[in-house]
Amino acid sequence: MSKPVIATATLAGCFGCHMSLLDIDERILELIELVEFNKSPINDIKTFTKQCDIGLIEGGCSNSENIEVLKDFRKNCKILVSLGECAIMGGLPAMRNGIPIRECLEEAYITGPTVRMNTKKILPNDDELPMMLDKVYPCHEIVKIDYFLPGCPPTADLIWNALLALVTGDELKLPYEVVKFD
Amino acid sequence: MDNTEKIKFVIDDKVCYAEPGQTILEAAKSNGVYIPSLCYIEGVKPPGSCRICNVRVNNRNLIACTTPVAEGMIIDNDIPELNELRKAIVEMLFVSGNHFCPGCEKSGNCELQALAYRFQMMVPRFPYEFPEKGVNATSKYIFHDRNRCIMCKRCIGKVMKDEKHVFAYNSRGGEHLHVVMDEELASQLTEEEATEAMDICPVGAILKKERGYYSPIGHRKYDKESIGSDIEKK
Amino acid sequence: MKEKVQNIVKKFHNDRSRLMDILLDIQKDFNCIPDEAASIVATLLNMSKVDVNQTISFYHFFSKEPVGTYAVYLNNSAVACMMGREEVARAFEEEVGTSFNSVTEDGLIGLWDTSDIGMNDQEPAAIINGIVFTNLTPTRVKEIVIGFREGKDISEMVDKYGDGQNSNELIRSMVNNNIRKKGPVLFSEYEVGMAIRNVANYSPEQTIEIIKNSNIRGRGGAGFPAGLKWEFCCKSGGEEIYLVCNADEGEPGTFKERVILTELPMLLFEGMIIAGYALNAKEGILYLRYEYKYIKDYLEDVLQQLRNLNLLGNNIAGKGGFNFDIRIQLGAGAYVCGEESGLIESMEGKRGEPRNRPPFPVQKGYKNMPTVINNVETLSSVVKIILNSPEWFKAMGTKESAGTKLLSISGDCKHPGIYEIEWGMTINEMLEMVGASSVQAVQVGGPSGVCIDPSQFARSISFEDLPTGGAMIVIGENRDLLKEFVMNYTDFFIEESCGSCGPCRSLTVILRNKLQKIMDGKGVKADIDELYEWGNYMKQVNRCGLGQTAANPILTTIENFRPLYDSLIKTDDDFVSTFNMEKAVADSCKYVGRVPKL
Ligand SMILES: Cc1cc2nc3c(=O)[nH]c(=O)nc-3n(C[C@H](O)[C@H](O)[C@H](O)COP(=O)(O)O)c2cc1C
Ligand code: SF4
Ligand code: SF4
Ligand code: SF4
Repeated sequence: MSKPVIATATLAGCFGCHMSLLDIDERILELIELVEFNKSPINDIKTFTKQCDIGLIEGGCSNSENIEVLKDFRKNCKILVSLGECAIMGGLPAMRNGIPIRECLEEAYITGPTVRMNTKKILPNDDELPMMLDKVYPCHEIVKIDYFLPGCPPTADLIWNALLALVTGDELKLPYEVVKFD
Repeated sequence: MDNTEKIKFVIDDKVCYAEPGQTILEAAKSNGVYIPSLCYIEGVKPPGSCRICNVRVNNRNLIACTTPVAEGMIIDNDIPELNELRKAIVEMLFVSGNHFCPGCEKSGNCELQALAYRFQMMVPRFPYEFPEKGVNATSKYIFHDRNRCIMCKRCIGKVMKDEKHVFAYNSRGGEHLHVVMDEELASQLTEEEATEAMDICPVGAILKKERGYYSPIGHRKYDKESIGSDIEKK
Repeated sequence: MKEKVQNIVKKFHNDRSRLMDILLDIQKDFNCIPDEAASIVATLLNMSKVDVNQTISFYHFFSKEPVGTYAVYLNNSAVACMMGREEVARAFEEEVGTSFNSVTEDGLIGLWDTSDIGMNDQEPAAIINGIVFTNLTPTRVKEIVIGFREGKDISEMVDKYGDGQNSNELIRSMVNNNIRKKGPVLFSEYEVGMAIRNVANYSPEQTIEIIKNSNIRGRGGAGFPAGLKWEFCCKSGGEEIYLVCNADEGEPGTFKERVILTELPMLLFEGMIIAGYALNAKEGILYLRYEYKYIKDYLEDVLQQLRNLNLLGNNIAGKGGFNFDIRIQLGAGAYVCGEESGLIESMEGKRGEPRNRPPFPVQKGYKNMPTVINNVETLSSVVKIILNSPEWFKAMGTKESAGTKLLSISGDCKHPGIYEIEWGMTINEMLEMVGASSVQAVQVGGPSGVCIDPSQFARSISFEDLPTGGAMIVIGENRDLLKEFVMNYTDFFIEESCGSCGPCRSLTVILRNKLQKIMDGKGVKADIDELYEWGNYMKQVNRCGLGQTAANPILTTIENFRPLYDSLIKTDDDFVSTFNMEKAVADSCKYVGRVPKL
């Protein structure tokens, strides 16, 4: 039997969830035994080369590209998992949700305390750039998501337990300490 | 007083005894049974607003924090149906506010979050609303962040200055109700009173300025043990 | 301002529990409650300002900003919309030049939405500066707005008076009674004062016994036996007992109380006096909804007449110690104040937030004293029970529903209005009586009741089968049931919830949004099931009847009109996203200056 195939992506996230995945320490060797990775920043495979069993999504949807990637994952993965607060509810990026888009753009590119070089006060508008959405969307508002692993980032144990359960079909173990929102 | 003078009742198949006048919630607590709740706080008339302490007596739902326990009562508390209902209420509170736990000063010590942990909420079943809510930082020692306010009324009942309410409801209804802080009174609160107010609030809506993140991750109230476990251990 | 406000507060003896009256007077004098006035009140009553604002902001007819020299409150309930409310609203907006829920720049005219005002048989209707305008049309709106511009006194604009006492010089209203069927209890002839003189010969206990024997149950909706309620109250053993008559009549679709208050106020007050005697209460309070303020002067006058007749006041009917008086407490616009404990809170000057029970009002009610709260119709019926006999009363109606019931019938029927029927009438008989055909549904008991389909029209109006507080809304076959009714009623509950219970506050909104999703064609099968499941949470957890029934429009239509919902589900998929890329990127593309690439 071939090994289950996993793909991962980061949308509007900080890569923290991926770091947490790597945080499973020596169990990563066990994981490599159990599964095969396809499209993922971990191995730098940029496009899907086959149909995958599990897709792990970090980050919510803040721009049009996030939406496209997410839809692509839905198409190519049997099971889709929202990994972390950002994927589940937008996370810290979604703190912009109540703020008018113009203010966000101006703060980011013109008036913000870290803006130094933009003397011409240009708002990036190249056609190749992703378009910013009116708010940050949780992934499950865009596509169907099968499982949710909360945390910022989710604890390594939670990710490990969940992957193991998905791969082996065993029941997911959730001791009290593993489910945390921060 | 021996048990013969006490009220005898049964909760989740456990025979319990209560002092006359005790509410179901208090009586359960003194018998080592935890009934989840959010708006109840010792020392004030329970507002009965969060509805989480719903229990079932004779097939009728009633709330434990305001109902006096009666002789012979048989109470269902820790049953799947009720826990599901409670979980749903917790989820509602999450989606109808803006709870960014990773960036919240109360995280780890927050009772709403702790209930979500206890009920293993992975994602709320309801859509996130991202309502627009404000922050009031006018007072010297207090932030009032309405994004996290669950409108439980604890502060309304308990935070007083010169016998006047520092907090109150404003407006009504599903979309307009909010809690406001009296800026004049709040600015007169002492540092200790402000800290007290922070501790009264179950979530991170009332914060004492300059007192965020005071205990490190791993050592916060609900990091290792679930809310209610202190009662259940007794 | 200071002096004016001080005088008002003084008039009510610096009594916090009279905050409603204080605010009503301020609102009347200043056409709003200015922030400064709120501060002065707070200081004088030794309250924090947020506490005063808590009461102000709860009530629809209190406002901290000026509401317009002419303030138009146009009913937006379902039946008003059925009768052309939207065209009238558009006409107002066009003529006035401002949109609803705002005031013109010059402050002359304000347009406001308002929940049902108890005029369903003569909609579209609006309250303008306290005066009711019924049967509005776009043409009429033009005339009215011209009147505003000419600075006319609002009462001059009432062009003709309604029937019955509506033309009384203390009322002078264009409202019509539309009494279509007079029954043997409420509308039968009787001699004023006789029942009071009769009970003066009985003991209070005997009086309660008579009422108990009549089996009369409350007419306000919950149907609690009135005699038993009185007895419980007497046994509660408080120093004082209060009697309150609930004339809040906020359930959309009911307007019977309005007609009793207009045509039979003596009967009602006599009922209150009898109840006062039975309870040994010294004070009775009529809680009158703000929408019916136009009847208040007339009611005060009737009370004075009763005092002149020695039927109210001290030593009533010549009986030593039979002392009882009645005062009228005006509300300020909040449906939930019809809920008995919310009503008590309101009478105590607070936001009308229902209390947790126990204790019940009969144990601890107004000012923490045992309090009986009865509906207008209940108390009015009591008089006839005393004058006739409990047996006479019980002989009418059905086994568990003795006597008659006033129905307020409106909607798609030829003869909307008031009908006094015997309990037990079937819906079919009712529809025939009001001249209704091609009926899709009947909303029994208003939004908090049930919406039934034609297969159930053989059911009978009674506590055993279809209980109702009296609101009956006939829905014709061409109506869009979900949009015009279920959605409208759900919005009503969102607006009128006091908001204190988490589920009542949040879930109403969640349910509305989900219903909207289904109506937008974005629903999946599971959405209907979830709507039903979540709606049932409402029944189980909320504190008062409002929250417990707020999902009823959704729940009962899913039960009785499921195909309507199913037909809106366009897919077999188990997931449909409501995300719309075009909309989502529109703003950001506009600001950065690029054409959205979709
Ligand atoms: C939200 C809500 C609104 C109510 N509105 C009214 C009302 O307008 N008039 C009324 O008589 N009862 C109303 N009731 C019922 C009252 O709580 C109470 O049962 C009634 O006034 C008792 O009088 P009765 O026993 O004579 O019917 C309402 C109940 C709820 C939950
Ligand atoms: S208040 Fe509690 S639930 Fe809300 S963000 Fe803070 S920690 Fe999370
Ligand atoms: S501020 Fe805190 S205590 Fe006050 S109502 Fe909100 S959540 Fe409750
Ligand atoms: S059920 Fe709704 S209206 Fe009733 S007390 Fe609770 S929040 Fe208020």
